[in-house]
Amino acid sequence: MADISVTIHKHDVVIVGAGGAGLRAALEASKGVNTAVISEVFPTRSHTVAAQGGVAASLSNVEPDDWVWHMFDTIKGSDYLGDQDAIEFMCRMAPEVVIELEHMGMPFSRLQNGKIFQRRFGGHTKDFGKEAVQRTCAAADRTGHAMLHTLYEQCVKNQVVFYNEFYALELLKNEDHVVGVLAWDIANGGFHIFHAKATMFATGGYVRVYKTNSNAHINTGDGLALTLRAGFPVEDLEFVQFHPTGIYGVGNLITEGVRGEGGYLLNKDGERFMKRYAPTVWDLASRDVVSRAMAEEMRQGRGCGPEGDHMLLKLDHIGAGIIHERLPGIWELAYVFAHVDCTKEPIPVTPTAHYSMGGIPTNLSAEVVLGGMDKPEEPVKGFYAAGEAACASVHGANRLGSNSLLDIMVFGKVGGQHMAQFAQSLPEHVPLPENPGKRGIEEVTSLLNGTAGETMGAVWDELKESMEANCGVFRTEETLAKQRAVLQKLCDRYKKVGIADKGLAFNLDLIETLELGHMLDYSKAIVEGALARQESRGAHYRDDYPKRDDEKWHKHSLAYMEEDGSIRLDYKPVRMKPLTVPTFEPKERVY
Amino acid sequence: MLKTVTFSVFRYDPEKDKKPYYKDYKVELRRPGMMVLDGLNQIRWEQDGTLAYRRSCREGVCGSDGLNINGVNMLACITHIKDLKDPIVVQPLPSMPVIKDLVVDFTDFYRKYYLVKPYLITKTPPPSDRERLQSPEDRKKLDGLYECILCACCSTSCPSFWADPDYLGPAALLKAWRFIADTRDEGADERLQIINDRDGAWRCHTILNCVEACPKQLNPTEAIAELKKTIIHRKF
Ligand SMILES: Cc1cc2nc3c(=O)[nH]c(=O)nc-3n(C[C@H](O)[C@H](O)[C@H](O)COP(=O)(O)OP(=O)(O)OC[C@H]3O[C@@H](n4cnc5c(N)ncnc54)[C@H](O)[C@@H]3O)c2cc1C
Ligand code: SF4
Ligand code: SF4
Ligand code: FES
Repeated sequence: MADISVTIHKHDVVIVGAGGAGLRAALEASKGVNTAVISEVFPTRSHTVAAQGGVAASLSNVEPDDWVWHMFDTIKGSDYLGDQDAIEFMCRMAPEVVIELEHMGMPFSRLQNGKIFQRRFGGHTKDFGKEAVQRTCAAADRTGHAMLHTLYEQCVKNQVVFYNEFYALELLKNEDHVVGVLAWDIANGGFHIFHAKATMFATGGYVRVYKTNSNAHINTGDGLALTLRAGFPVEDLEFVQFHPTGIYGVGNLITEGVRGEGGYLLNKDGERFMKRYAPTVWDLASRDVVSRAMAEEMRQGRGCGPEGDHMLLKLDHIGAGIIHERLPGIWELAYVFAHVDCTKEPIPVTPTAHYSMGGIPTNLSAEVVLGGMDKPEEPVKGFYAAGEAACASVHGANRLGSNSLLDIMVFGKVGGQHMAQFAQSLPEHVPLPENPGKRGIEEVTSLLNGTAGETMGAVWDELKESMEANCGVFRTEETLAKQRAVLQKLCDRYKKVGIADKGLAFNLDLIETLELGHMLDYSKAIVEGALARQESRGAHYRDDYPKRDDEKWHKHSLAYMEEDGSIRLDYKPVRMKPLTVPTFEPKERVY
Repeated sequence: MLKTVTFSVFRYDPEKDKKPYYKDYKVELRRPGMMVLDGLNQIRWEQDGTLAYRRSCREGVCGSDGLNINGVNMLACITHIKDLKDPIVVQPLPSMPVIKDLVVDFTDFYRKYYLVKPYLITKTPPPSDRERLQSPEDRKKLDGLYECILCACCSTSCPSFWADPDYLGPAALLKAWRFIADTRDEGADERLQIINDRDGAWRCHTILNCVEACPKQLNPTEAIAELKKTIIHRKF
């Protein structure tokens, strides 16, 4: 095969990812400096478009609310693993970023008085847990769509530069300074080096490694693998959120907003079992609690259907009118994917892998940070991360619904501002290293030139199935050790995987095979983190260690990848000191 | 033995093929509710890795996989295989240049979307510390407009769009109306100027293909009719 061309581009700021986090950052950075966004799909096809229920902010449009209550709920939801300074920062900024979205033109649903509509969501309460509060701001059940399109529209208006259908292959660094990324032009083929003063990963979540999941095909956590390969750590990967209400059999999401509007779960006896697990807020407990309750009901033989393998989500009692007005997308999804008219019948549901709490470690400025138990956190020069790919850590061990759309707005915005400042402070670009992108270029050329042995599909199937079986809602030493061995074998097999498509134009075979390599890399970090963590906290539940153990495990995991591909774990303390209010000390979580 | 259906898929690799051809594949129906996208994935992952198409959300909200299936434009990810006549003929969206197999070049479609200034235009500054107010009734005017996913199923089914390379097409015009209909927007004049052009709203002859094609049940024809009415009232 002839040599494939390498083109070099120079921008002050380069953002990888055009979901909510990437676009919000781009809007901010492009005000001050030359900014470009790289995305493997056209921006409005990013996963943020699928978000349904809403974005949390204590606007008090319906009833009195307070950012401190929001902060408390988020900390409690995180099972006290969230960093309290970051959480305070996010909750205080929430009203501002939501109002900005309205000013940009986002079509929020409205209350009678013309203000933004707000609904109840799991884990969001008033007065430190007394009862559910209406905090989640929504555009019907298409909030993510409304948000992402609005942000992209603003980018069009402000003439942000986009490289769409470009796939990032390698993070570039010179000594300890991140200097850009290497990418592949998906439509035409060809390598492109994006040389930047500041580089951000806003590449989204990683739960595509689970067979049953609510995510888009493209959510393969590329940013995490590229970070690991560049020698930087990833944080808390073992915390994977299983959302209680995925459509039975396919995993597509039914928003928590359904329960926020009054829907509830039933077991096979028609019992509202959540009252036994969360006596105060019932079905609106946080997601880890509800998912585990469902799994427990099924384990005890109270699941529905001939196999006893799902639960029922009833919402017809809230009335066809409200369903069509506030939950039109859900009606469609249930109809298309479960053949159910949810104004008349319940929707069959099971927990579905949904959200990545872990990610690239960042601070309040969205700078990527290094640190350890006795090493204070220190930013990596020129490297930023935001959104689901990052770990701020505002979600700790379990994210509250509607806090992710908030996270991506807050840290996207702040990250964009800081990148612009940082770029302005550097008189010149730090030069590219010698042979920039060597590793990524070799990875692609060897796939294009190699012969097919194993096929990508078979390895991927086994990865998804085994992760679900061994590293899912419930985990034990035994299942995790088994998964460690499975991953080792899959990594060996991956070395022999070849691609059938050798062309340059839109080579999906190449992209999916690269994605599989990325997934294998960080799956090891998920499993190693989970195996080491001998406690149950938030979404990480160990049957063999069912209690939270603050003495030993009140700390963040950090995973590094060694030269040979193995994972080395390290830890760092939880940042317990908020910015202005007293610390919320760890307590037992009851809902 | 599992039941199979035949997918007859449009194939074209610009580096290898002089012209496009169709290739038949057998797809196994392994679970109820399989979509056309599941079938394409099965082909790619198990039979023929060289097949290319776009996909992302797999639930009809991102607009990546508009395809022409048995002659009708639709989204592969929300089209049930069992509702289709066997063999299932899968082609790229009509009238757009093919990049490879089922992947078409959207450049022209996006260009037309950018032309209508697809963003809120305001002259009056918003209140500094709270949202602009909008009544639920005014907000309702955006329903059936804001949900567009830019899949191009409508425009690529429109005979006027095929015939006139400069016609903005139903998707861009629907987007224009989404903003003009928004009580917060003050850019109607700028947009209507563009749309009053001969390649704007007047190229629509109310053939209604677009309405039939829209997988989100939106109604571009109605939006175009509203645009025409507004233009006449303003006497451009
Ligand atoms: C069905 C569903 C419903 C949800 N509902 C809600 C909700 O109601 N409220 C809430 O708060 N949260 C919700 N969430 C979660 C929330 O939507 C996501 O966490 C959030 O949108 C993530 O945004 P992001 O910008 O970080 O990433 P994404 O939107 O996933 O964007 C990632 C971007 O990175 C790009 N990218 C990735 N890898 C590469 C690469 N190698 N090269 C180039 N580009 C790359 C992609 O092209 C994309 O542009 C929901 C999630 C799901 C799955
Ligand atoms: S109604 Fe107008 S826009 Fe729609 S298909 Fe017909 S000519 Fe095209
Ligand atoms: S109007 Fe409908 S068919 Fe046309 S681009 Fe939008 S969603 Fe697709
Ligand atoms: S994959 Fe998103 S619309 Fe079909």
